[in-house]
Amino acid sequence: MSDSFVVLAHGSGGRLTHDLIREVFARHFRSPLLATQDDSAVWSPVVPKGARLAMTTDSYVVQPLFFPGGDIGQLAVCGTVNDLAMVGARPLYLSAGFILEEGLSFADLERVVQSMARSATDSGVEIVTGDTKVVDRGRAGGDGLFINTAGVGIVPPGVSLSGANARVGDRVILSGPIGMHGMAIMTLREGLRFSLPLESDCAPLNGLVETMLEAGPSIRCLRDPTRGGLATTLNEIAGQSRVGIEVDEGSIPVPEAVRAACELLGLDALYVANEGKLVAIVPAADEERVLEAMRGHPLGQQATSIGRVVPDHAGRVVLATTLGARRVLDMLSGALLPRIC
Amino acid sequence: MKFLDEFRDPALARKLLAGLECRATRPVRFMEFCGGHTHAILRSGLRQLLPANIRLSSGPGCPVCVTASSGIDRAITLARQPGVILATFGDMIRVPGGRPRGQINSLQEARAVGADVRIVYSTLDALDIARSNSAREVIFLGVGFETTAPTIAAAVVQAESERLPNFSVLSLHKLTPPATRAILDAGEVQLSGIIGPGHVTSIIGARAWQFLPEEYGMPCAVSGFEPLDILQAVAALVEMAMAGKPAVSNQYGRGVKPEGNVVAQELLKRVFHIVPAEWRGLGVVADSGLALRDEYRSFDALGRFPLPVEASQEPVGCRCGDVLRGVIAPPECPLFGRVCTPDNPVGPCMVSGEGACAAFLQYGV
Repeated sequence: MSDSFVVLAHGSGGRLTHDLIREVFARHFRSPLLATQDDSAVWSPVVPKGARLAMTTDSYVVQPLFFPGGDIGQLAVCGTVNDLAMVGARPLYLSAGFILEEGLSFADLERVVQSMARSATDSGVEIVTGDTKVVDRGRAGGDGLFINTAGVGIVPPGVSLSGANARVGDRVILSGPIGMHGMAIMTLREGLRFSLPLESDCAPLNGLVETMLEAGPSIRCLRDPTRGGLATTLNEIAGQSRVGIEVDEGSIPVPEAVRAACELLGLDALYVANEGKLVAIVPAADEERVLEAMRGHPLGQQATSIGRVVPDHAGRVVLATTLGARRVLDMLSGALLPRIC
Repeated sequence: MKFLDEFRDPALARKLLAGLECRATRPVRFMEFCGGHTHAILRSGLRQLLPANIRLSSGPGCPVCVTASSGIDRAITLARQPGVILATFGDMIRVPGGRPRGQINSLQEARAVGADVRIVYSTLDALDIARSNSAREVIFLGVGFETTAPTIAAAVVQAESERLPNFSVLSLHKLTPPATRAILDAGEVQLSGIIGPGHVTSIIGARAWQFLPEEYGMPCAVSGFEPLDILQAVAALVEMAMAGKPAVSNQYGRGVKPEGNVVAQELLKRVFHIVPAEWRGLGVVADSGLALRDEYRSFDALGRFPLPVEASQEPVGCRCGDVLRGVIAPPECPLFGRVCTPDNPVGPCMVSGEGACAAFLQYGV
């Protein structure tokens, strides 16, 4: 584009809007459905007998827009793809709604859009429809860019995953080390530097989920521990299924850089957001098979069993501490705030 | 991780616990002054691993919790003045003040209705805000013990050297030894020893606690914040209590010197002078607060914004005061976990991560 910055007229619906769609969005997203430029994407669904449709939406307001290991565009695709994957759906199509702040640089916008296109290709989805609005400078708090994505996917016949499915005796599997996304963002915001690498784990999990479902079709529940972290996700499952969950503190992998950053800021990695991890509740009989399949996938190499579903303390999660004590692992309350002293 | 894993070693912890079992031949009760200790004790599950003879009570060591509701009310009033940016540490924004229900009663609510309240991680961030908003008044909410106060003093000195005209501090700082005296003088709790606050003592020095054995016959063990630090401190207290030989034992040698941090102490003396202060739960305690010296009057938010603040009241039924004095454990408060929860806190002890009520509820003890 000839301009360097987004101006209000790019959201007016006129010529500048069309230029923007053509030269940025359509150019990078390369979707035949998007290219029709009609008011809706229209397609003939191919839904096998017994399959079901899944639909989800999420908004992305992360700041800064670019961070080690990812950016808002990658997050906007992966987050919605992962929400579909967590109910066992194969993601097909995404919509993308952009709220741009006047003054956002085109270089940044293009970088974000390219990143979305790359993530869409990686996860095998197509961005088929979109919308752009431009707001006055200051109305997006100087953040520059918000994205909403909605996604549609197909849940294959026989797959039925839900947070309400956990049964006493089931095992709790975690796909890898926790806390990387949240701490990458937080340390960047606070201007902290560590000698150890601290990168967001942002990744599309649908490939890993497919592998897991092939190995263990009887998986009860999948959930990605994003905001609120692992502790909050486990509490959601315990609450929805009305069961107790017990996890072993020592078995939960926390990268050294995350531990260091958490120590410094007075935070608990169990409550820190992840963007490329999942928790699986599986019948005990399938535990080994599912773990083995996960470890064969690049995003599940460090998958490990962290606990079990128990008959006691229904609705609550108990942590067996490394010192051998047991305590409640509660849901996140309020926002994560560093302590004073 | 170095300097961390060594202090969380389960095998060593078991050994120390077994030793305590033999040595604590009669019931003892120790108070951990510091909220950071309360948090670490509950988080690691130490309380349930200790022998039945050893009881721990939490004390007033949560800077957010001991801030009197009148202090919060004043901060809210300041934050709502036109042109003011109020910079604060994160925890403070959720603490309820003393206004009746339906009124703006926390900084978080003030922010929701338009006050410019900004969370900072250091006073230097607050100075940055002042530099880049020269047309506005930036007030830093100075809360904390001897640990935090020197950083605020440093910011004031820096502001003076830069002649920053739009930066001031609302000093609600508190000093820990006078509060410990107040608790012991009140005699409401029978204690056999004090677990001394590690971070505070790194500033004031282990010697600052010498009055405990000398004047009160009370053993004191200064402790770090890892499970093994705390176990070591408890072991030292048991040893002294059983032998009847009270002293100050420094179990946090890697952070605490006998004389403390002299540079920080000098800085505190340069900027602040000692005044009486109002504590939630303890009332007004003599010589327990810090106010800006006359030389730094222009950086004192109290002087710059002489606003009347209506007398406020503690929330009805809230027993934070008793919790802060160690008179009751949090679950003994009738509001605990029912009316008062971390999501809807009635009193400050349920707000802060260092508050005893929040820690007890979070870890389900």
